[in-house]
Amino acid sequence: MIRELHKKLTSGEITSVKLTERYFDVIKKKDKEIFAYLSLTEESAREQAKKADAKIACKEKIGILEGIPGAIKDNILVRGAGMTAASKILDNYIAPDDATVIRKLKEAGAVILGKTNMDEFACGSSTENSGYGPTKNPCDLERVPGGSSGGSAAAVASGEAVWALGTDTGGSIRQPAAFCGVVGLKPTYGLVSRYGAVAMGSSLDQIGPLTKTVEDAAIVLSAIAGEDQKDATSVRSSGKDYTNFLTGRINDLRIGIVEDYLKDLSEGAKKSMDEVIEQYEKLGAEVKKVELPNAKYSLPVYYIIMPCELSSNLARYDGLKYGIRINDELDSDYNTNCLPKNLLETYLDTRKYGLGAEIKRRIMLGTYALSSGYYEAYYLRAQKVRTLIKKDFEKVFEKVDLILTPTAPTPAFKLGEKTQNPLEMYLADIFTVTANIVGVPAISVPGPEVFGLPFGFQLMGKWFNEENLLNAAHAYEINK
Amino acid sequence: MISKKEVRHIANLARIGLGEKEAEKYSKDLSSILNWINELKEVDVSDVEPTAHITGLENAVRQDKIREFDDKEALKKLFPEEKDGYNKVKSVL
Repeated sequence: MIRELHKKLTSGEITSVKLTERYFDVIKKKDKEIFAYLSLTEESAREQAKKADAKIACKEKIGILEGIPGAIKDNILVRGAGMTAASKILDNYIAPDDATVIRKLKEAGAVILGKTNMDEFACGSSTENSGYGPTKNPCDLERVPGGSSGGSAAAVASGEAVWALGTDTGGSIRQPAAFCGVVGLKPTYGLVSRYGAVAMGSSLDQIGPLTKTVEDAAIVLSAIAGEDQKDATSVRSSGKDYTNFLTGRINDLRIGIVEDYLKDLSEGAKKSMDEVIEQYEKLGAEVKKVELPNAKYSLPVYYIIMPCELSSNLARYDGLKYGIRINDELDSDYNTNCLPKNLLETYLDTRKYGLGAEIKRRIMLGTYALSSGYYEAYYLRAQKVRTLIKKDFEKVFEKVDLILTPTAPTPAFKLGEKTQNPLEMYLADIFTVTANIVGVPAISVPGPEVFGLPFGFQLMGKWFNEENLLNAAHAYEINK
Repeated sequence: MISKKEVRHIANLARIGLGEKEAEKYSKDLSSILNWINELKEVDVSDVEPTAHITGLENAVRQDKIREFDDKEALKKLFPEEKDGYNKVKSVL
């Protein structure tokens, strides 16, 4: 889709300003119902669009993303724009700097339309945990768009953005992509700089694209990937144009399937997966069964590692340096730990009113697991099981190039269906978390629908081999 | 089982103010989540090294050089309370 729009821009069929206006028109028409956006950056979008048009008018060569409008998840800093991470605690926060991915996108000439809704601090699988209200699934307004990057997925699916950025800590790009019927890519841990993204689980977080097509995902990834001095975990300089690898030929490809992942699916979901497997075989890939004996522990491992890291990362939201500051004048009965009462009460009240229920739940879970006497039993043990899961993947990747699974066990569920029981909500991430635990790249691609709703399948690839992953996804997409 | 008293202790460590009803709800929620997580106890992890994060990167160093930030005013505007160009915080001592 980006390539077509790029051709229209360069041929003069449309200007970037007109294209941008067209997207703002769609947003104005649809977003009252869908609520994909938390804020719009209209002025800077028009400026950026004008710059692209001026270059085209002078017959200057423009990049593939230049003048193409997209949306940014509201946990990534865009200089001068508000950034809430969908939390009331950052209600008044204005980003003083650009995230590295934003700097790169701006250098590529991309137009930024606005900031998208999400689960507060990226904690959730439905976007119902947003401090500003839920996003609806554009395919069925009674259903959730998935989460936590639900706003980004809904914006792309509804035609309110050409492309979007999300973040993925346990499935937050891929699961909403699957629910909304778009493509979502979580790159290898370390491929994309997280500087300027709100940290959630630092050993798991990655930024990645949500788009209509696999080629579009490759285009956006090419723009944002690469080593960055400001993120010490970004390990490889990329500089690759991932679109060069999209040949659509997968003759020698070996794809692994995990029987345990498929056997408990509903009939509709199973049928969808069977059709995907059949299609890959038809295209010449060899599909074989593989085993990941420790992968079943991924979700409990995730629900130790992530809350521990989250509780530490979110300690900075204390009402002192930025964000809201609250002291409700009511005295709590807490022991003041030698801190002046006034200071302690400011911490307590700021976080009491500023943070939502799920965030508090996870911070407390992490605080508990890291507290004295529990560290070995929880965090350290989880990190050891993580090693075992990683070894499973290393072994499997000796036999196959990619692993195929569903992205989520079901299509999008209804609003309110899982909000009462946190554990039930957590299970929505059962197939996606493993890729974050072991750090491999993974993509969700729309497969055959289930009960008339979008259903995605997931491919996981070898570390830093996004090209193989994208090509396999592309091969399916152009032949379906 | 995490008691209400434990929840209040954890909340205090995490600097989160809690109402009475919330303490009760979190006591239930945290207990059921921890119960589920305890599944990991069945895994044999003797002689297994922990993985902190996946690239195995250790001690990434850079020069300790000051980089001037070009918009200090934007940072100052974020202060919840300001006095004479300084961030005013609650007294610590």
